[in-house]
Formats: sequence, C-alpha cells, structure tokens
Amino acid sequence: MRIVCPFCGERELGEFTYLGDAKPQRPAADAGEDAVYDYVYMRDNIAGVMSENWYHGGGCRSWLKVTRNTLTHEISAVEAAAGAGAAKVGA
Amino acid sequence: MKYSIFSLARAALSGHKTWQRTWRDATPKDHYDVVIIGGGGHGLATAWFLASEFGIRNVAVLEKGWIGSGNAGRNTTIIRSNYGLPGNTGFYELSMKLWERMEQDLNYNAMVSQRGVLNLYHSDGQRDAYARRGNTMRINGIDAELLDQAALKKMLPFLNFDHARFPVQGGLLQRRGGTARHDAVVWGYAHAASALGVDIIQNCEVTGFVRDAHGKVTGVETSRGRIGAGKVGMAVAGSSSRVAAMAGMRLPIESHVLQAFVSEAIKPLIPGVMTFGAGHFYVSQSDKGGLVFGGDIDGYNSYAQRGNLPVMEDVCEGGMAIIPMIGRVRLLRQWGGIMDMSMDGSPIIDRTPVDGLYLNAGWCYGGFKATPGSGFVFAHLLARDEMHKEAALFRLDRFQRGAMIDEKGQGAQPNLH
Repeated sequence: MRIVCPFCGERELGEFTYLGDAKPQRPAADAGEDAVYDYVYMRDNIAGVMSENWYHGGGCRSWLKVTRNTLTHEISAVEAAAGAGAAKVGA
Repeated sequence: MKYSIFSLARAALSGHKTWQRTWRDATPKDHYDVVIIGGGGHGLATAWFLASEFGIRNVAVLEKGWIGSGNAGRNTTIIRSNYGLPGNTGFYELSMKLWERMEQDLNYNAMVSQRGVLNLYHSDGQRDAYARRGNTMRINGIDAELLDQAALKKMLPFLNFDHARFPVQGGLLQRRGGTARHDAVVWGYAHAASALGVDIIQNCEVTGFVRDAHGKVTGVETSRGRIGAGKVGMAVAGSSSRVAAMAGMRLPIESHVLQAFVSEAIKPLIPGVMTFGAGHFYVSQSDKGGLVFGGDIDGYNSYAQRGNLPVMEDVCEGGMAIIPMIGRVRLLRQWGGIMDMSMDGSPIIDRTPVDGLYLNAGWCYGGFKATPGSGFVFAHLLARDEMHKEAALFRLDRFQRGAMIDEKGQGAQPNLH
C-alpha cells in the first residue's frame, strides 16, 4: 500500500500513521454521556469504502483524509484534512 | 473412532489406508436448540462444551468456508496465561487448565507442548513491571519465574545480551505456557463435538437473522436456507461487526490485519516461546523446524487477510535485535488474519441487547490461547443464561460503565492494543 500525499507525492506506507474512521465527530460539550460514549467507543467498522484520517509524520506532517477500501486496500482519493496544518498549507 | 496407540498400530499395519473421516460434514436441519455462527476454534469449542458439560446436544456450528479457515488456522499457536489485570488473569488461567487436559478430553492429539513462554526485559523499569506481573500471577496460583541475565545466558546463549540499546537483562518465564498445533485444535473439537451429535455445517454463510414479533432472534438465514434456533451465539472474531450489523448492532470493535511468518526449517534452536520486550516480536520453533513468528498488527482497518511491508520489516528488525544469527535464515511464508480489535484490548462475551443473540468477540490478537476457555464460558452463558465467574468482567456494556480491562493502558485506540 502506498499513499499519494497531496503535498509530497507518492510515499511508502511507513511514513504514515493511522488514526481511524473519519466519520465520528466530537460531540458538543453539553451533548451528554451517550453521545460521548458513541463517539469514543462505537465504530461502523466498514467492510468496503471508508473515509479515514492518516498523518504523514514521515513527510509534510499533515493530517490527510484518505478514501480507502478495507476489503482490497485500494485507495481512491487522498485530500488534506480540514482544520489541520495541511489546510493552512492549502490556503 | 477412538484414537490410541493401538488404533495407530492397526492403521500402520494396513498402510494407513483405513483412517476414517474424524467428524461428520452435516447438512442443516430445520431447527436447533443452539446455533453457533463461526466454525473456528471458539465456535467448535463452544459446541463441544455445550454437548459435553451442559447436556445440550441439538447444536449446529455454521461456517461460511471450511472449519479453521479463519484465524484458528492463521495464528502463531502460542498458549499462555500471563496476564496482569483482574478479569484476564483468572480467565486465561481457566483456559490454560483446559489446555492441559484437552487432549484427554477430546481423545485427539493437539500437540499441546508446555515448552515455556519467556518475556524478555531490557531495562530496570521493565524488570520491575515484569516482577509485578509475575507476582500478580503467583498470588492467583499461576506459575511465574523472574530470571536474571545469568540464568538466561545458560538457557539461551545465542541471545544478544549486549545489544547497545536493548540489552537482554532477564525475563519473566511461565513454564506452563507453550504452543499447540492450531489445526489439530480445530479438528479435535470437531471430532469430539461431532461424536456427541453436534452438526458441523460448512459452506454455510449467515446472511441475516430471523426475528419474531418481539424482536427476538429465532433463527438465521443462510446460504443453505433458513435454520431455526432457540439461541444464536456469534463466534466470528474478525467479522463480528459485519454479523452484528445484520441484527442492527454496532460494536466497540475495529477489524485489523495481523501478519504471521514462518522461516525455512532449521535445526532445533529455540526451546520455547520468546518475546522481545523493547519492540514487538514473538517467536517459537515448530516441530518441523521453521521459526514461527509475528509482531504488531499493521495498524489500519482491514478485512483483506493480507498485510504490508513496513510491519514485516519491523517484525524482522525485532527478531534481529534479540537473535542476530537468524539474519541468514530465509523467510518461507507470510500471511494475514483479521483481528477483532476491541476498544480496551480485551474480549467481549455477553448477551446482546437483541433477545436470543449472544456475542463472543473482540479477541484482539489473543484469541488462540483463549480457545478452550472461551468455548467453556460461552457455552456456560448460552446454556444457563448467566456469565461464568471467570468471564464476568467481559461485558459488552463495560465501555459505557468505564469498567475497561486495558492491559496495555492504551485507551480507546484499537490499533495500539
């Protein structure tokens, strides 16, 4: 598996660190325990195409949003994750 | 058929042409008291304990491929009970005790070999942590010995004691730990369960759950038709989220790929199981002579049963750090299995919010050693509708209650457990 970083180009997997599914969103501070539990612990654990957060620690140190198929490891899109350092590079 | 030295001699005299199939490849009936989804070690062990310990023999084990084709046939065959946290310590020792009598119970040679499991330590801090774990084990009646460098030099002279960064200072040894022949564990449980009337049904993929008006699960839809069930137990680690989704459930689990490796065969070198304490590398030597080893999971969600090169490199570096001489041994085979990585690194055995559906999941990469214990406590739950005392902390709602069993203290990040 190789990831094409939008800033650095195609790089080997060892340069990247995985955070996980990009879907869970941190709930508002007053959202209550159930919402926090859901965010922290529960996962869709998708078998198929999934949007994920990866960190390019061995390169530009940007957070990336990678669209990848968990059944085949095929990567269909890589973009800078919103709000992280990468977004400033793009701005 | 009953296996013994006499049956072996008789078969040998007839050129080994008289051996018969050791278990029945059944066709599904309309209804069973208990249906187990998943024909791996845990599912088959559950069925056998239901039949032998709890008197429930109208049981089916459904397997979408062939039995043992998942993680039961993809692990590094290590058995041990050297856990430090309440919940794990007692459960894995229960499992260890069942390993010790398994072959007699099943009348099947599973090649259980108590050759010892040694965790190496490389710093004073790590020695103290291992001493604490060893003490925890001993006060729970489990064997553990803390060995210093002098003792290890006699036992394993080939270790890299003078490694510049990670000198081998000593190790924590559990002599009762060891290895077992993973496929034979599957076949042994199939053999013994089948003899007690359990139907083992292969090439039978579950495609949905049958629910009554109150939502209770009353059976499963499969690729071989509808099968009714009094209770349904899931033992499909690796695919737990996919099967649970058919019942409308989400789980605190991510599926990750773990690789394992075998080298070419060499003369006897490694007497037991060894683990590197400063990286992640564990190794034993099979009876055929190959070094069987592994390390970390790849670290990203996967259902692909194959991994990537960075982890392979990391694992081999770990091996080289403690046993430099294996650098000239060639890698023979490598494969991947799909782990149910739970949010605290410990398993889940419980009823589910869906009436009639029971869950056995989240084994991370500790599932093989747990096989007999998991089967026993899951059968206990299915038969009596109450948790066995040694599995009482493996509840599904523990994450909600803040009652995690996080052996490594990593928090809710499954790829770090």
